[in-house]
Amino acid sequence: MDKATLTFTDVSITVNVPTGTRIIEMSEKVGSGITYGCREGECGTCLTHVIEGGENLSEPSALELRVLSENLAGKDDRLACQCRVLGGAVKVRPGG
Amino acid sequence: MSAPSPAPIPASPLSLRPDGPVEIVPGIHWIGALDPGLRSFDVIMKTANGTTYNAYAVRGTDGVAVIDTVDRACAAEFLARLEAVARYDEITVLVLNHLEPDHTGAVHELLRRAPQAHVLVSPRGMQILRALLGDEADRYRISAVKTGDSIPLGGRSLRFFTTPNVHWPDTQCTWVEEDGILFTCDLFGSHYCDGRLFDDLVGDFRFCFEYYYDRLMRPFRSFVAAALDLIEPLDIAVIAPSHGPILRTRPRDYLRQYRRLTSPRFADAAGTDRSLLIFYVSAHGATGQMARAIEAGAAEEPGVRVSLFDLEGGEIAPFIDLIEGADGIVLGTPTINGDAVRTIWDLLVTLGDVETRGKLGAAFGSYGWSGEAVRLVEARLQALKMRLPEPGLRVKFHPNEADLDEARAFGVRLAQHLTGRAQPREIDFADLAAR
Ligand code: FES
Ligand SMILES: [Fe+2]
Ligand SMILES: [Fe+2]
Repeated sequence: MDKATLTFTDVSITVNVPTGTRIIEMSEKVGSGITYGCREGECGTCLTHVIEGGENLSEPSALELRVLSENLAGKDDRLACQCRVLGGAVKVRPGG
Repeated sequence: MSAPSPAPIPASPLSLRPDGPVEIVPGIHWIGALDPGLRSFDVIMKTANGTTYNAYAVRGTDGVAVIDTVDRACAAEFLARLEAVARYDEITVLVLNHLEPDHTGAVHELLRRAPQAHVLVSPRGMQILRALLGDEADRYRISAVKTGDSIPLGGRSLRFFTTPNVHWPDTQCTWVEEDGILFTCDLFGSHYCDGRLFDDLVGDFRFCFEYYYDRLMRPFRSFVAAALDLIEPLDIAVIAPSHGPILRTRPRDYLRQYRRLTSPRFADAAGTDRSLLIFYVSAHGATGQMARAIEAGAAEEPGVRVSLFDLEGGEIAPFIDLIEGADGIVLGTPTINGDAVRTIWDLLVTLGDVETRGKLGAAFGSYGWSGEAVRLVEARLQALKMRLPEPGLRVKFHPNEADLDEARAFGVRLAQHLTGRAQPREIDFADLAAR
């Protein structure tokens, strides 16, 4: 199993995760302020700011891109319920 | 035998006028509706003399813009007032500053009668507008507008300010520069029904203005402050909200009042220190012992002011005010009947009245059998969008020396999460899954 690391700076914790993990699967368990609503890429509640390693995340789907733009999200913002960690190191904090 | 239905509430004659539209300035009219009999708004607020749903018509030489509509029950009243100032085929623009049902109840009917109207909402309004219109969405021209966008009406134009989360994600304000009129929708509203409409003519609505802020806007304090940042530079002659009086007498006073309301209730007593509040309830003293150990630990961290409160010794409301201005809270509760105690729940429920997003939270407590309370409190704190860097601390029965040392260390770590000196930790996925 390939490994990656996912760091939540608001709670100072780094999780060693299998590749393919969605941020939302970890954020609640570590107590991060990245929380979720719909879990389906619609509500924008899980907006996440990517501090480092954005290139290690899966490409946004058309749905995610639309919700991000409707939320006036910046270029380093993603939806935690949608994007997956593909490898390497990723560092995030709550967005919005 | 069924209970007799309540007698209709006799409305004050003053709340029943006017019959027609009301001019704000030549070419701009109030075309809203009065709801003097309403006594509870959205379950969350009392409305002692009802409310109004304010909608407006703005006439330019090239067409008419309608700004917001009304509650569905008042649609006919709104349409009648609209018809008195414009023909449906003159309507070129429908601005929906906020899509909650109390302002979109006449949207379907209006668009059926004026299908050419260009519907303008904030970017975050798009999703909910599509849901509202369903299959009909494709029939109409719909666009998102944001801060900096403007639409000419001929001789007048509408400018938009995206002011999200006051109190829904979709909220925005619309500005008519030529007349200095700012249409703010729910922002600056009051649930106060008086047909004389203008703040200099109506009865005393001051408490309604503040009560409305407290119930609707206070949980979004930082977003209200951001909205004020955007609109304060405008040279405003009239604030035209969607509920209650139209504010045309010293409009800047209302902006100042909102500024004051968005400031913490208590001035920054801690100076630059971060403020950590510990609240506990203790049945037999064990949770209280843990609370004092956590306090002692947190107090070791420079730059953190820590305070300890026995929750049963105080009332909820002032504690909520205190928490609003704090950086973190730690809640201690024993587990009784498999649950946290009622006083803790009272506090947790009431915390929804203030902005808690991003604050630090933690839970602890002693237990006899099962110890569910800590997890339940943590779940509620997470639902309040707080960050919980440390898993809750539980002790079976009374804490021994080792337990108290652990509680002290827990306090130190919590305080360090506030000062940014917390030790970074690493954990494996599998260990986490077991949490
Ligand atoms: S939880 Fe709703 S968009 Fe991610
Ligand atoms: Fe609303
Ligand atoms: Fe409203």
